[in-house]
Amino acid sequence: MGHIVIIGLNHRTAPVEIRERLAFPSEAIGHALRGLLEKESLKEGVILSTCNRVEICALASQGFEGTSEAKEFMAVYHGIPLEELNGYLYHYEGDEAVRHLFRVGSSLDSMVLGEPQILGQVKDAYGYAAEFRTIGPILNKFFAKTFSVAKRVRTETKVASSAVSVSYAAVELARKIFGDLSDKTVLLIGAGEMCELAARHLISAGVKGIMVTNRTFERAVKLAEEFDGIPIRFEEISVHLKRADIVLSSTGAPHFILQRQDVEEVIRIRKNRPMFFIDMAVPRDIDPDANQVDNVYVYDIDDLNNVIETNLEERQSEALKAEEIVKEEVRSFRRWLDAQQATPTIITLRRKYEEVKNAEVAKAVSAFGADDPKMRKVVESLASSLLNKILHAPISSLKKDADGRNQMDLVSVVREIFDLPEGSERTGTGDADETGETPQE
Amino acid sequence: MHISLLKVTTFFYLAGAILYLYFIVTLKERGARLGRMALLIGVILHVAGFALRYATAGYTPVTNLFESLSFFALSIACVFLVVEIRYNMRTLGAFVAPLAFVFSIFSAFLPGEVAELAPALNSYWLPVHVLLLFVGDAVFAVAFGAGIMYLLQEKQVKQKKMGAIFKRLPSLDVLDDINYRCLTIGFPLLTMGIITGSIWAEYAWGSYWSWDPKETWSLITWLLYAALLHGRLTVGWRGRKAAILAIVGFCAVLFTFLGVNLLLPGLHTYSSLSR
Repeated sequence: MGHIVIIGLNHRTAPVEIRERLAFPSEAIGHALRGLLEKESLKEGVILSTCNRVEICALASQGFEGTSEAKEFMAVYHGIPLEELNGYLYHYEGDEAVRHLFRVGSSLDSMVLGEPQILGQVKDAYGYAAEFRTIGPILNKFFAKTFSVAKRVRTETKVASSAVSVSYAAVELARKIFGDLSDKTVLLIGAGEMCELAARHLISAGVKGIMVTNRTFERAVKLAEEFDGIPIRFEEISVHLKRADIVLSSTGAPHFILQRQDVEEVIRIRKNRPMFFIDMAVPRDIDPDANQVDNVYVYDIDDLNNVIETNLEERQSEALKAEEIVKEEVRSFRRWLDAQQATPTIITLRRKYEEVKNAEVAKAVSAFGADDPKMRKVVESLASSLLNKILHAPISSLKKDADGRNQMDLVSVVREIFDLPEGSERTGTGDADETGETPQE
Repeated sequence: MHISLLKVTTFFYLAGAILYLYFIVTLKERGARLGRMALLIGVILHVAGFALRYATAGYTPVTNLFESLSFFALSIACVFLVVEIRYNMRTLGAFVAPLAFVFSIFSAFLPGEVAELAPALNSYWLPVHVLLLFVGDAVFAVAFGAGIMYLLQEKQVKQKKMGAIFKRLPSLDVLDDINYRCLTIGFPLLTMGIITGSIWAEYAWGSYWSWDPKETWSLITWLLYAALLHGRLTVGWRGRKAAILAIVGFCAVLFTFLGVNLLLPGLHTYSSLSR
């Protein structure tokens, strides 16, 4: 049987200087994975390396050895003394390791709770391990389970449901105002990092077009090219404003560039088709009073930050539900693992007494002298049914889907009282193929 | 038989309303799915009951308060199902299905025996006039629901408080679109209903228009919706203003239908409680 171990570090345990030194570049992962499995007690391995975390997940014949060997591998591979590394590393074994990966995959351990990228990164890590064949049946199932847990968390809780960045919040709001964005036009006034990011998100959300303006026209032209939009002269904003459904603004102007009256006028020209102003400038570009105008919605940077804050709080409370799901799934995975561990024991047990039986049948047959097929058949069936009846009880209690701890104890008791050899069988019966596990002790 | 069939639909409308409310609170898909199913079964039973009553009575059973309330509930459930399936707007159910239930249970408490048809009502105009108006009113009921949803959602966006409502309700644009579509369908139905009524009045009472309370209130309702439609098409009334007018309009519809019957006596009082 094997132990799942995970060692690693993340944004909470290690500063970026350490994380970047310990990262495994994707082109080197194959090599690293092979190196990892050269360690004696490690049977299967996966390496997850993102900008916020580096982790090694392995199946070890012994939990303790596995952990220290994986740590040693990490230290040697990156040429950092283990003593220095130890301060940043965490390690988990067994159920704790299972819980950890489930939480990572479900983005409960992420810097931004619920962010969606991590699941893709875990899938990539799994993909590399599959490609380089360093993954076996246990970790295979473990990762598959991790993905399904992540999916459950995503669909059953709202951990990832609402925007937690300013630019995403802007897109989310635009969707609630306009529904369909595909016939909407964006006007980008000025150039700020967050504004540009929001513009990018709106473009990928499928807006029809984008107009770009800046105090210096050249800059507007340049940005427009980047966004595949139309540059507009700053002085002509009022001419083009009526065509904009969403206005993103962040200029360095010391006063409002759009007054309430301007907005009232343009909304009248637009026959009340709604407008959404996102004002990311400090000091603000758009008169906040314009929000009072019917069909006009004005959000400044504080408003957006408040939205994000509410969403984050919601994520936090949803995370509690997610933790419950994880807990439940850890238990179910534990049951699966245990069943796996009982199976090789059953095979060994059967195999051992099958051999005893065959030897005894042969002895009995030879005692009769002549090899009478009918008599051989009778002896054989007697021996078989005797054996089956004797082994029935121990095997069925091994097969029982029992509570984790007892099951493990039971396996070791059975191994002891029937004096079974330690891990030698791999092939032979159909059962072994079915579980596909290499029994180890 | 048909009376109990008509009354039993109340339970299905109640189940539908509860399930849609359950859906909007918990966001569990199953709530909406079962809610739709409950309404669908309710509608099927209702149509069967309506047909049976038609066969028994020998006239279109929309002549007294029991019958017309019941038929109004059926119309609302039908129009809602069409909109829900067309727009996949399940949250609308929490606002419209309860209306179907309310009218249905109101009718269930009234005596449902088939009565002899008043001679003035014995006309081919009866089904045409009444069906046009009830289906039109049901369309306005959906606009009313969408209007309430619009006001709730708009308040969230304006006040920048993204609460539970914000997440659950659809976008403002979609709600406003429903308002408009309902208006473009409901208004012609209302108009034709009034015109057919007027023609029938000429045959039955000898005058196209006699300013009885029902007629007066129909005209007021018609003017309200006409104003909304006109405002939408010419000056671009939409959003909040349109939502409020859809709500006010439906209140006028209700008064024309129920208030006049119950409070103001006139030529149209075939369907007062006393009958």
